[in-house]
Amino acid sequence: MSKPDTTDFINALPFARALGMQLEQIGAGEAQISMLWDARFIGDPATGVIHGGAVSALMDTCGGAAVMSYPGALTTATIDLRIDYMRAATPGQRITARAQCYHVTRRVAFVRATAHDEDSENPVATATGAFTFDRKEGSA
Amino acid sequence: MKRPEPVQQVKHRRDTALTTLVNAVPYAGFLGIAFERHGDELTAVLPYDEKLIGNPVLPALHGGVIASFLEVAAIIELSWAMLWDELESGRLSPESMAENLPRLPKTIDFTVDYLRTGLPRDAYARARVNRSGRRYASVHVEAWQDNRARLFAQATGHFLMPQRNDG
Repeated sequence: MSKPDTTDFINALPFARALGMQLEQIGAGEAQISMLWDARFIGDPATGVIHGGAVSALMDTCGGAAVMSYPGALTTATIDLRIDYMRAATPGQRITARAQCYHVTRRVAFVRATAHDEDSENPVATATGAFTFDRKEGSA
Repeated sequence: MKRPEPVQQVKHRRDTALTTLVNAVPYAGFLGIAFERHGDELTAVLPYDEKLIGNPVLPALHGGVIASFLEVAAIIELSWAMLWDELESGRLSPESMAENLPRLPKTIDFTVDYLRTGLPRDAYARARVNRSGRRYASVHVEAWQDNRARLFAQATGHFLMPQRNDG
Protein backbone atom coordinates (compact mmCIF):
# COMPACT_ATOMS: atom_id res chain seq x y z
CA MET A 1 0.00 0.00 0.00
CA SER A 2 1.23 3.48 -0.83
CA LYS A 3 0.98 6.78 0.98
CA PRO A 4 -2.01 8.44 -0.72
CA ASP A 5 -3.16 12.00 -1.19
CA THR A 6 -5.30 11.58 1.87
CA THR A 7 -7.19 14.85 2.10
CA ASP A 8 -8.77 14.72 -1.38
CA PHE A 9 -10.44 11.38 -0.88
CA ILE A 10 -12.16 12.35 2.38
CA ASN A 11 -12.97 15.88 1.24
CA ALA A 12 -14.92 14.40 -1.66
CA LEU A 13 -17.24 12.63 0.80
CA PRO A 14 -19.18 15.15 2.90
CA PHE A 15 -20.24 12.64 5.57
CA ALA A 16 -16.73 11.19 5.95
CA ARG A 17 -15.54 14.77 6.46
CA ALA A 18 -18.35 15.42 8.98
CA LEU A 19 -17.11 12.47 11.06
CA GLY A 20 -13.51 13.69 10.73
CA MET A 21 -12.24 10.57 8.98
CA GLN A 22 -8.61 10.33 7.91
CA LEU A 23 -7.45 8.07 5.13
CA GLU A 24 -4.15 6.57 6.23
CA GLN A 25 -3.37 3.96 3.61
CA ILE A 26 -4.93 2.80 0.37
CA GLY A 27 -4.00 0.62 -2.60
CA ALA A 28 -4.46 -2.76 -4.31
CA GLY A 29 -7.86 -3.42 -2.79
CA GLU A 30 -6.95 -2.47 0.78
CA ALA A 31 -7.57 0.64 2.84
CA GLN A 32 -7.08 2.01 6.34
CA ILE A 33 -9.16 4.91 7.69
CA SER A 34 -9.38 6.30 11.22
CA MET A 35 -11.53 8.75 13.16
CA LEU A 36 -11.15 10.48 16.51
CA TRP A 37 -13.54 10.02 19.41
CA ASP A 38 -15.95 12.96 19.59
CA ALA A 39 -18.66 13.70 22.19
CA ARG A 40 -21.14 14.38 19.34
CA PHE A 41 -20.85 10.75 18.22
CA ILE A 42 -21.77 9.21 21.60
CA GLY A 43 -24.45 6.52 21.47
CA ASP A 44 -24.59 5.53 25.13
CA PRO A 45 -24.62 8.57 27.44
CA ALA A 46 -23.98 6.42 30.52
CA THR A 47 -20.58 5.28 29.25
CA GLY A 48 -19.56 7.82 26.58
CA VAL A 49 -19.14 5.00 24.08
CA ILE A 50 -19.45 5.97 20.41
CA HIS A 51 -22.65 4.92 18.62
CA GLY A 52 -22.47 1.73 16.57
CA GLY A 53 -23.73 3.72 13.59
CA ALA A 54 -20.58 5.87 13.59
CA VAL A 55 -18.44 2.73 13.58
CA SER A 56 -20.61 1.39 10.72
CA ALA A 57 -20.02 4.59 8.77
CA LEU A 58 -16.27 4.20 9.25
CA MET A 59 -16.35 0.54 8.16
CA ASP A 60 -18.55 1.31 5.15
CA THR A 61 -16.28 4.14 4.01
CA CYS A 62 -13.19 2.00 4.48
CA GLY A 63 -14.79 -0.90 2.58
CA GLY A 64 -15.77 1.39 -0.28
CA ALA A 65 -12.24 2.87 -0.37
CA ALA A 66 -10.73 -0.62 -0.53
CA VAL A 67 -12.97 -1.48 -3.50
CA MET A 68 -12.13 1.78 -5.30
CA SER A 69 -8.43 1.03 -4.91
CA TYR A 70 -8.79 -2.37 -6.59
CA PRO A 71 -7.22 -2.30 -10.08
CA GLY A 72 -9.78 -1.37 -12.73
CA ALA A 73 -12.45 -0.12 -10.31
CA LEU A 74 -14.60 2.71 -11.62
CA THR A 75 -17.45 3.12 -9.13
CA THR A 76 -18.86 1.18 -6.20
CA ALA A 77 -21.85 1.10 -3.86
CA THR A 78 -22.60 -1.02 -0.81
CA ILE A 79 -24.98 -3.93 -1.43
CA ASP A 80 -24.97 -5.15 2.14
CA LEU A 81 -22.85 -4.78 5.23
CA ARG A 82 -22.91 -6.81 8.43
CA ILE A 83 -21.16 -5.50 11.51
CA ASP A 84 -20.40 -7.57 14.60
CA TYR A 85 -19.72 -5.46 17.67
CA MET A 86 -17.18 -7.36 19.75
CA ARG A 87 -16.73 -4.82 22.54
CA ALA A 88 -17.30 -1.16 23.37
CA ALA A 89 -14.70 1.20 21.90
CA THR A 90 -12.87 2.97 24.74
CA PRO A 91 -14.12 6.59 25.00
CA GLY A 92 -11.50 9.15 24.04
CA GLN A 93 -9.53 6.79 21.79
CA ARG A 94 -9.07 6.95 18.02
CA ILE A 95 -10.83 4.20 16.06
CA THR A 96 -9.02 2.71 13.08
CA ALA A 97 -10.63 0.51 10.42
CA ARG A 98 -8.83 -1.72 7.94
CA ALA A 99 -10.67 -3.21 4.97
CA GLN A 100 -9.62 -5.70 2.31
CA CYS A 101 -11.35 -6.90 -0.89
CA TYR A 102 -10.76 -10.60 -0.50
CA HIS A 103 -12.57 -11.60 -3.66
CA VAL A 104 -13.68 -9.68 -6.75
CA THR A 105 -15.88 -10.96 -9.55
CA ARG A 106 -16.98 -9.16 -12.73
CA ARG A 107 -19.67 -7.26 -10.86
CA VAL A 108 -19.20 -7.81 -7.13
CA ALA A 109 -16.45 -7.13 -4.59
CA PHE A 110 -16.44 -9.07 -1.30
CA VAL A 111 -14.94 -7.13 1.58
CA ARG A 112 -13.82 -7.89 5.13
CA ALA A 113 -13.00 -5.20 7.66
CA THR A 114 -11.96 -4.84 11.27
CA ALA A 115 -11.96 -1.84 13.58
CA HIS A 116 -9.93 -1.31 16.72
CA ASP A 117 -9.20 1.47 19.18
CA GLU A 118 -5.74 2.11 20.67
CA ASP A 119 -5.68 -1.53 21.80
CA SER A 120 -4.95 -3.01 18.38
CA GLU A 121 -4.90 -6.59 19.70
CA ASN A 122 -8.64 -6.70 20.47
CA PRO A 123 -10.99 -5.61 17.68
CA VAL A 124 -13.92 -3.35 18.54
CA ALA A 125 -15.89 -4.62 15.54
CA THR A 126 -15.58 -6.75 12.44
CA ALA A 127 -17.56 -6.43 9.22
CA THR A 128 -18.25 -8.33 6.04
CA GLY A 129 -19.89 -6.77 3.03
CA ALA A 130 -20.69 -7.09 -0.64
CA PHE A 131 -20.11 -4.04 -2.85
CA THR A 132 -21.04 -3.42 -6.47
CA PHE A 133 -18.01 -3.41 -8.76
CA ASP A 134 -18.03 -1.43 -11.99
CA ARG A 135 -14.92 -1.73 -14.11
CA LYS A 136 -13.30 0.80 -16.35
CA GLU A 137 -13.81 -0.07 -20.01
CA GLY A 138 -11.08 -2.31 -21.33
CA SER A 139 -9.98 -3.63 -17.96
CA ALA A 140 -10.37 -7.37 -17.52
CA MET B 1 -65.35 3.09 37.53
CA LYS B 2 -62.07 4.97 37.34
CA ARG B 3 -62.22 8.02 35.06
CA PRO B 4 -59.91 7.89 32.03
CA GLU B 5 -56.78 9.97 32.34
CA PRO B 6 -57.10 13.40 30.57
CA VAL B 7 -55.70 13.23 27.04
CA GLN B 8 -53.29 16.15 27.57
CA GLN B 9 -51.78 14.36 30.53
CA VAL B 10 -51.31 11.14 28.54
CA LYS B 11 -49.70 12.96 25.61
CA HIS B 12 -47.47 15.02 27.86
CA ARG B 13 -46.20 11.95 29.68
CA ARG B 14 -45.47 10.00 26.49
CA ASP B 15 -43.94 12.92 24.60
CA THR B 16 -41.74 13.95 27.53
CA ALA B 17 -40.49 10.39 27.96
CA LEU B 18 -39.74 10.03 24.23
CA THR B 19 -37.95 13.39 24.05
CA THR B 20 -35.88 12.46 27.11
CA LEU B 21 -34.91 9.13 25.54
CA VAL B 22 -33.95 10.60 22.15
CA ASN B 23 -32.12 13.61 23.58
CA ALA B 24 -29.97 11.27 25.63
CA VAL B 25 -28.29 10.00 22.44
CA PRO B 26 -25.92 12.71 21.14
CA TYR B 27 -25.29 10.90 17.83
CA ALA B 28 -29.03 11.02 16.97
CA GLY B 29 -28.85 14.81 17.42
CA PHE B 30 -25.66 15.04 15.36
CA LEU B 31 -27.47 13.38 12.44
CA GLY B 32 -30.62 15.50 13.04
CA ILE B 33 -32.87 12.46 13.66
CA ALA B 34 -36.31 13.17 15.17
CA PHE B 35 -39.13 10.80 16.16
CA GLU B 36 -42.84 11.14 15.49
CA ARG B 37 -45.23 9.23 17.73
CA HIS B 38 -48.75 7.92 17.22
CA GLY B 39 -49.77 6.03 20.34
CA ASP B 40 -46.85 3.69 20.87
CA GLU B 41 -45.88 3.66 17.17
CA LEU B 42 -42.69 5.56 16.33
CA THR B 43 -41.44 6.85 12.99
CA ALA B 44 -37.85 8.05 12.80
CA VAL B 45 -37.32 11.07 10.54
CA LEU B 46 -33.97 12.05 9.01
CA PRO B 47 -34.25 15.53 7.47
CA TYR B 48 -31.94 15.98 4.49
CA ASP B 49 -28.71 17.83 5.10
CA GLU B 50 -25.69 18.34 2.83
CA LYS B 51 -23.31 16.76 5.33
CA LEU B 52 -25.17 13.43 4.97
CA ILE B 53 -23.99 12.96 1.39
CA GLY B 54 -21.51 10.21 0.54
CA ASN B 55 -21.40 10.40 -3.24
CA PRO B 56 -21.55 14.05 -4.36
CA VAL B 57 -21.66 13.08 -8.05
CA LEU B 58 -25.05 11.31 -7.93
CA PRO B 59 -25.68 12.79 -5.25
CA ALA B 60 -26.56 10.06 -2.75
CA LEU B 61 -26.77 9.67 1.02
CA HIS B 62 -23.68 8.03 2.57
CA GLY B 63 -24.13 4.31 3.30
CA GLY B 64 -22.90 5.01 6.81
CA VAL B 65 -25.65 7.61 7.30
CA ILE B 66 -28.24 5.03 6.26
CA ALA B 67 -26.76 2.37 8.58
CA SER B 68 -26.62 4.91 11.42
CA PHE B 69 -30.20 6.07 10.84
CA LEU B 70 -31.47 2.47 10.89
CA GLU B 71 -29.48 1.56 14.00
CA VAL B 72 -30.67 4.66 15.89
CA ALA B 73 -34.28 3.83 14.87
CA ALA B 74 -33.85 0.22 16.07
CA ILE B 75 -32.33 1.14 19.45
CA ILE B 76 -34.90 3.86 20.20
CA GLU B 77 -37.79 1.55 19.23
CA LEU B 78 -36.43 -1.25 21.39
CA SER B 79 -35.85 1.08 24.35
CA TRP B 80 -39.31 2.61 23.89
CA ALA B 81 -40.94 -0.84 23.88
CA MET B 82 -38.91 -1.77 26.97
CA LEU B 83 -40.04 1.36 28.89
CA TRP B 84 -43.65 1.62 27.65
CA ASP B 85 -45.34 -0.59 30.28
CA GLU B 86 -43.40 1.02 33.11
CA LEU B 87 -44.38 4.50 31.89
CA GLU B 88 -48.03 3.64 31.32
CA SER B 89 -48.43 1.90 34.67
CA GLY B 90 -46.85 4.85 36.49
CA ARG B 91 -43.96 2.77 37.85
CA LEU B 92 -41.65 5.08 35.89
CA SER B 93 -42.25 8.82 35.49
CA PRO B 94 -40.69 10.90 32.70
CA GLU B 95 -39.17 13.10 35.41
CA SER B 96 -37.41 10.27 37.21
CA MET B 97 -36.35 8.93 33.80
CA ALA B 98 -34.68 12.27 33.01
CA GLU B 99 -32.80 12.23 36.33
CA ASN B 100 -31.73 8.63 36.03
CA LEU B 101 -31.52 7.73 32.35
CA PRO B 102 -32.34 4.10 31.58
CA ARG B 103 -29.50 1.96 30.25
CA LEU B 104 -29.89 1.35 26.52
CA PRO B 105 -29.70 -1.98 24.66
CA LYS B 106 -26.27 -2.78 23.18
CA THR B 107 -25.90 -3.81 19.56
CA ILE B 108 -24.51 -7.33 19.10
CA ASP B 109 -24.68 -7.30 15.30
CA PHE B 110 -26.37 -5.24 12.62
CA THR B 111 -26.88 -6.13 8.96
CA VAL B 112 -27.92 -3.48 6.46
CA ASP B 113 -29.41 -4.28 3.08
CA TYR B 114 -29.00 -1.34 0.68
CA LEU B 115 -31.89 -1.64 -1.77
CA ARG B 116 -31.76 1.68 -3.60
CA THR B 117 -29.71 4.83 -3.70
CA GLY B 118 -30.55 7.19 -0.83
CA LEU B 119 -31.79 10.34 -2.53
CA PRO B 120 -30.92 13.84 -1.29
CA ARG B 121 -34.21 14.30 0.56
CA ASP B 122 -35.84 13.38 3.89
CA ALA B 123 -35.91 9.72 4.94
CA TYR B 124 -38.18 7.80 7.30
CA ALA B 125 -37.77 4.56 9.21
CA ARG B 126 -39.90 2.27 11.29
CA ALA B 127 -38.57 -0.56 13.43
CA ARG B 128 -40.35 -3.71 14.59
CA VAL B 129 -39.25 -5.73 17.60
CA ASN B 130 -39.59 -9.32 16.36
CA ARG B 131 -38.45 -10.91 19.56
CA SER B 132 -37.54 -9.41 22.89
CA GLY B 133 -36.48 -11.67 25.72
CA ARG B 134 -34.89 -10.80 29.05
CA ARG B 135 -31.39 -10.88 27.57
CA TYR B 136 -31.58 -10.72 23.77
CA ALA B 137 -33.74 -8.97 21.21
CA SER B 138 -34.10 -9.13 17.43
CA VAL B 139 -35.24 -5.99 15.61
CA HIS B 140 -36.05 -5.36 11.95
CA VAL B 141 -36.05 -1.84 10.47
CA GLU B 142 -37.38 -0.50 7.17
CA ALA B 143 -36.53 2.87 5.64
CA TRP B 144 -38.14 4.74 2.79
CA GLN B 145 -38.19 8.20 1.23
CA ASP B 146 -41.02 9.14 -1.12
CA ASN B 147 -43.07 5.94 -1.10
CA ARG B 148 -43.68 3.80 1.96
CA ALA B 149 -43.83 0.69 -0.25
CA ARG B 150 -40.51 1.43 -2.00
CA LEU B 151 -37.92 0.75 0.69
CA PHE B 152 -34.44 2.13 0.06
CA ALA B 153 -32.86 0.18 2.91
CA GLN B 154 -33.71 -2.40 5.55
CA ALA B 155 -31.76 -3.91 8.41
CA THR B 156 -31.88 -6.61 11.06
CA GLY B 157 -30.03 -6.33 14.33
CA HIS B 158 -29.54 -8.30 17.51
CA PHE B 159 -29.25 -6.53 20.83
CA LEU B 160 -28.22 -7.28 24.39
CA MET B 161 -30.91 -6.00 26.73
CA PRO B 162 -29.90 -3.96 29.80
CA GLN B 163 -30.68 -5.48 33.20
CA ARG B 164 -33.84 -3.79 34.55
CA ASN B 165 -34.40 -3.55 38.28
CA ASP B 166 -38.11 -4.40 38.10
CA GLY B 167 -37.63 -8.04 38.88
